[in-house]
Amino acid sequence: MVPDNAVFAVDPSRCIGCEACVHACAECDTHRGHSLIHLEVVDRSRSTQTAPMVCMHCDSPTCAEVCPADAIKRTADGVVQTARKPRCIACSNCVLACPFGVPKMKTEFDLMMKCDMCYDRTSVGKKPMCASVCPSQALYYGTLEELERLRPRSRPTHRFRFGEQVITTKVAMMVPPDGPEHVDVAAALGAGPTGRRESLPIVGQDV
Amino acid sequence: MSEPTRVETPDLRPPEAQPRWRRDFPIDWPEDHLVARRDFTKFLVLTSFAFVAGQLWIGVKSLLGRRAPAPGAERIARLDRLAPGEAMQFAYGGEDALLMRLPGGELVAYSSKCTHLACAVVPDLERGRIACPCHHGYFDAASGRPIAGPPNRPLPRIVLETRGGWVWAVGREVST
Repeated sequence: MVPDNAVFAVDPSRCIGCEACVHACAECDTHRGHSLIHLEVVDRSRSTQTAPMVCMHCDSPTCAEVCPADAIKRTADGVVQTARKPRCIACSNCVLACPFGVPKMKTEFDLMMKCDMCYDRTSVGKKPMCASVCPSQALYYGTLEELERLRPRSRPTHRFRFGEQVITTKVAMMVPPDGPEHVDVAAALGAGPTGRRESLPIVGQDV
Repeated sequence: MSEPTRVETPDLRPPEAQPRWRRDFPIDWPEDHLVARRDFTKFLVLTSFAFVAGQLWIGVKSLLGRRAPAPGAERIARLDRLAPGEAMQFAYGGEDALLMRLPGGELVAYSSKCTHLACAVVPDLERGRIACPCHHGYFDAASGRPIAGPPNRPLPRIVLETRGGWVWAVGREVST
C-alpha cells in the first residue's frame, strides 16, 4: 500500500527538460525498458519550457470509465494501474479519453501501459523513479508537511477542470497560492507563454 | 495524501444511485475481486444446470440417431484398382469412410471419423494401423479397435461384399 501521508506533486515550472525522469522511468520494474512518463515541450519556437506528465490517478478515472473490457483497475490506495493483460483489447479508448493524455498504447504487446506511480516502489515506501532522480524536483514525492515547508510560495492542488468535467486527482499539481480553485485546462489551451521579462542576478555583477 | 480516496462517479450521483452494471464492473480492485456468496451459488447452480441440459441433449440425440434407417448397399470401387496396402476414401450413408486393402489382400472399411473428437483419420497401413492426427490416437487397421491415444471406442465398421469384381458397402456396424 502507498502510505496515506505520501504526496506526489508535479511542478511544471521547475522542469528543466533534462529527461532524467524519462530514462529513470524505463528502469522501473513494473514496466522495465518502457518509459511511460511524458515530457512535453510547451511551445518550442517561443520558450524552452518543458513539462513532465505523470498519471494523476483520478478519483474517477476517465480511462477506466471508458474501458469496454473492464481492464483498468485502481488499487485500494487510489493508484490506477496499467490495464490487466488478460482483459485489455488494445482499443485505445483510454488513450483518447484520458484528459491528461497519460496512457500509452503498446501495440507490440496489444496492451495499454501507463504510469502506475512505480507501484513496486511506492507500495513498499520508496519514491517513484522519476521523483527520485529529478534534479529540480519538478516531480516531488514526500510528505505534505515537508512539501509545505520547502515550497512556501506555492500550494498543491488536486482539482482540475476540463470544460464541464471537474476532476479530482491523487497526484497534486503545484499552483500559486492565490490561484483559482481549479486548474482550468480547457481555458488555457489557446494561451501561450506570457513573454514576461525577468532580470536575473548574474554572478560577479552588482545588481 | 491525508484525505481518503473519494469515490466519484461521472454523473456525480452517489454510488447507491448508480445503475446495476456499474456495481457489476467496479473500477476499484478490491470490489472487482470480491465474489459474493450469492453470486458464487448462482454460478454453481446455473453451470450444473447447463451441464445437465447438455447431457440430456446428447442422450436424446443419440437415441433419435439410432432410429435412422441403415443405408442400403452401395457400389464403391473396383477390386482390381485397389492394390494391397492401398486405401481410398468414399462416402457411405452421408458419412466419410475409408476403404483399405490390407497388405494380406483382405478388404476392410471404417468410418473415417475418429471416435474421440471426430477428426478425419488417415491410414498407416505399413504399420497396420489407422492414425488420428489431432491427438495422436491409433486404431488397429484389421479390427478398427483403438490401440493408443485418447479414443476408447472402435471405429464404426462398414460391412463389405465383393460382387463380380466390385466392392460393395452393404451395412454399418457400430459397436460400443
